[in-house]
Amino acid sequence: MHELSITESVLEIVLRHANSANAQHVRKIQLVIGDLASIVDDSVQFYWDIISKDTLAEGATLQFRRLPIELLCLDCQNHFQPETDRFDCPRCGSSRLQIISGREFYVESIDVETNLPMSSYQNEQI
Amino acid sequence: MINQRISIVENILSANDRLASDNRQRLDSARLFSVNIMASPGAGKTSLIERTVKTLSNRLKIAVIDGDIATSLDADRAAAAGALAVQINTGGECHLDAVMLQNALNTLELGELDLLIVENVGNLVCPAGFKLGTHSSVLVASVPEGDDKPYKYPGTYQGVDVLILNKIDLLPYVPFKMDYFKQGVQALNPGISTFPLSCLTGEGLSTWYEWVEIQVSRYRQATNST
Repeated sequence: MHELSITESVLEIVLRHANSANAQHVRKIQLVIGDLASIVDDSVQFYWDIISKDTLAEGATLQFRRLPIELLCLDCQNHFQPETDRFDCPRCGSSRLQIISGREFYVESIDVETNLPMSSYQNEQI
Repeated sequence: MINQRISIVENILSANDRLASDNRQRLDSARLFSVNIMASPGAGKTSLIERTVKTLSNRLKIAVIDGDIATSLDADRAAAAGALAVQINTGGECHLDAVMLQNALNTLELGELDLLIVENVGNLVCPAGFKLGTHSSVLVASVPEGDDKPYKYPGTYQGVDVLILNKIDLLPYVPFKMDYFKQGVQALNPGISTFPLSCLTGEGLSTWYEWVEIQVSRYRQATNST
């Protein structure tokens, strides 16, 4: 349900970086989302199409890179991806586990079109 | 036209995180200990807050900030119990975020309070992703929800500091495998402080009240010495 505010944050990050790179247009956005982050791709895409209108990033493609939940067993050092309804080590049965990945939620990179080299910085382009 | 890729790696919730740390600074400069209470709808957040306020309000000055999609029913209950109560209506948002808390903090005289309780929107998914800046996060689970909730909502179970298991008076009547529940909790959040209790019968509540009072006084001591 909170994908709208999430998508607004994505747009803010994207436009800020696109502006500082003096981009004319944003073509593609790579998002990394861990499976523990409770975000629905389709819903982000839905809001994105609405709120990116009339910005530098209008029509940009959102690419979602999903990261599975990965756990480390603190007793036998087994590194594994858990089954959905249980959180114990499949090798030794321990429940002393550390989350290695799955909570990620960030903008990894954007693909842009520019006229100028990246070092020049201009504000208020939109 | 040059095509190029710009590497960013910026956390999408970083704006919220920054505001959350502003909230924390405000609370710290007012020396006000705060808890964020999260749970699914009907787990007993409001009942727990009601009983906590009734019991502790003769010793602590307590404010309750209530997050709900609509109505002020919960804030009304907290106020009737003896707290200063502020209602936030999120208008459809499924969680409180740091901006909403910031606005609510503006309406309170923080320096005159001893304890701030924030009651988040009833939801086991979204509140976990949005830091508020509070000092401690408390999850209220309840027996009739079922023993599988840690497995189904790992993000919430993993991110909290304290776990309450409410409605233990129902244990004889519903199938709830305590070992299975505890195993999920232990895997996600090893060593978490857990309070099994019943807001209906009062069983276990005194240990919880004690925990709250100890936290407030430890926090005061810590902020005194700095």
